[in-house]
Amino acid sequence: MPPVANSPGGASPPKPGFMGWLNKRLPVDAFVRSQLLEYFAPKNFNIWYFFGSLALLVLVMQLVTGIYLTMFYKPGEATAFDSVEFIMREVDWGWLIRYLHSTGASFFFVVVYLHMFRAMLYGSYKSPRELLWVIGMLIYLALMAEAFFGYVLPWGNMSFWGAQVIVNLFGTIPGIGPGLVEWIRGDYGIADATLNRFFALHVAAVPLALLLLVVLHLVALRQTGSNNPDGIEIKEHPGPDGRPVDGIPFHPYYTVKDVFGVGVFLTIFALVVFFAPTLGGLFLEGPNFEPANPLSTPAHIAPVWYFTPYYAILRAVPDQRMGALLMALSVAVFLFLPWLDRSKIKSIRYRPLRYRIALTLFVIAFLVLMYLGLQPAEGVYVILARIFTVIYFAFFVFMPFYTRNERGRPVPSRVTYHAH
Amino acid sequence: MRTDLMHGLKALLILGALLAAPGGFAAGAAGPGATDWQKWTAGNKVTDIPSLQRGAAHFVNYCSGCHSLKYVRWSRLGEDLRIPEGELRKSLMPAGTKPASYVISSMPRADAEGWFGIVPPDLSLIVRARSVDYVYRFLKTFYVDPAKPLTGVDNLTLPGTAMPHVLSDLEGLKLAAFRSVGGEGGAPVKQFVKFETIAPGRLNAEQYDAFVRDLVNFLDYASEPAQAARRSLGIWVVLFLLVFTGISWFLYKEYWKDVH
Repeated sequence: MPPVANSPGGASPPKPGFMGWLNKRLPVDAFVRSQLLEYFAPKNFNIWYFFGSLALLVLVMQLVTGIYLTMFYKPGEATAFDSVEFIMREVDWGWLIRYLHSTGASFFFVVVYLHMFRAMLYGSYKSPRELLWVIGMLIYLALMAEAFFGYVLPWGNMSFWGAQVIVNLFGTIPGIGPGLVEWIRGDYGIADATLNRFFALHVAAVPLALLLLVVLHLVALRQTGSNNPDGIEIKEHPGPDGRPVDGIPFHPYYTVKDVFGVGVFLTIFALVVFFAPTLGGLFLEGPNFEPANPLSTPAHIAPVWYFTPYYAILRAVPDQRMGALLMALSVAVFLFLPWLDRSKIKSIRYRPLRYRIALTLFVIAFLVLMYLGLQPAEGVYVILARIFTVIYFAFFVFMPFYTRNERGRPVPSRVTYHAH
Repeated sequence: MRTDLMHGLKALLILGALLAAPGGFAAGAAGPGATDWQKWTAGNKVTDIPSLQRGAAHFVNYCSGCHSLKYVRWSRLGEDLRIPEGELRKSLMPAGTKPASYVISSMPRADAEGWFGIVPPDLSLIVRARSVDYVYRFLKTFYVDPAKPLTGVDNLTLPGTAMPHVLSDLEGLKLAAFRSVGGEGGAPVKQFVKFETIAPGRLNAEQYDAFVRDLVNFLDYASEPAQAARRSLGIWVVLFLLVFTGISWFLYKEYWKDVH
């Protein structure tokens, strides 16, 4: 065991000097001890376990670059587009800050999707971590709102028409729809008032909600402890000292490992920021370099790539109201995953073939829908979107049945770990 | 670029479907002697300062009468393109403007609307909005069309454009040969075959190509003036991160020796 684990779990003798003074008034050392030094994580984390800390890194990066952008961005129909170009051309390092922020938005979703997929691979949403998953899903919903509001702010033509399409979806709600849409926009069309309130929501309301939810997510994680690729509870195997035998202190082991993950992530991130910030129109779209124009509709209105699976589902349904409903369901259904999955086995390593096939089909459906959402809704694309929408929902709807009485490979009692 | 890619993929799909379909219909896609203008690429380099300087001069001579670059300052342009202020004032800037002014066309909006029906668009971001290859193709696919009373020309890249062929004294004039092919549902569709020069200009084909390349290179620069700095800084950032990642790998391995 590492030297740090030798320090007793109880109270350490009071320290002299400033740290002693501070700790008497603020439990700095106790906090570090309970959250890092004596927080035990399973030792068998694999590559999938990098994405939680990376999501936190991207969140901080978005907050910092966002604050800087706020100093120069001017919300308002007449000023927004110009102020973004001012940032790109005349603010010192403005282009870098803006690209960090715009690339960060896309990478946030990359990291969060991989983080969510990890939970689906290893059953991290299952008891006792249902609430952890639900809070995570609320983070994802807040993130979607944050990304949407942020996308409108540059006030390019795709910002404008994207906002038009998304806000109008609320108009399909029976009864209150039209009034609700007007209330959201603050005007009869997407206009100055809309832009200003989206700015307020993007820079204040949603980030506050995000931060609160992230704290709750971490608190819930500390309560249950992390799951792991074997899907077994390390707390069930305490050593003589009461600590899980398969657990290691988060610091320094996972902090040093995560630093390596951060290095790999930032290298890929920098390659995009410096060499392909628009990523061929995927991260920043061509039509959005034209100012918002209510009289000129872009040839194809498509959201940014991270929303396109849901957009494809929306367009797959001939009836707009049903399409909007199905789209809302396609996002919300993740919330019920802990109760839809009735298997006792957590990790895919030990689950039977039929679950592996189901998850594989779901991933294929998600990716194909993502591609289809970027294409015009015509011809064979619509037919494909319908087929894969059915597969997407079948994964969830039939889950209670194909996961019942699962008999997989024997689950070990201790984690699988090969020493370095 | 993505739209290009998508168009390319779509074209491939359609081509595949046509080839798979029975009948000789597929031969209509590109017959012998046809001009494949949709595949033309600009092949410009924004780090080529002399090309950018020539492009800026071309822009001032041929474009700035109607089109502005409202986000570009003369002083910044001079700095980035290494044009001394004296030279900038003498040969590029309109009389009476200051170096800190933006590159604004002198044409009154009302006149523009009267003459062309629309205000000529600002070109600061045209390359980012449409791609550099698009602008390159646009400037190379004007053809004589008597059916257009106002300008006498049309354009393959942007059919129905209100812009006259401003560069016709350089390129000359060309006719476009079309043929009718059966479209979907039997209605005949006009399909472009090739260009035919009817009046040579002051430049030969290669010289005109070079002229357009310099011009779109300058517009590429203008759409994102920081792009050269971005790439050259990026190399150092990535190199640093690779070293950082390498060191953190060994640190990780060293710490994890304790874990059994």
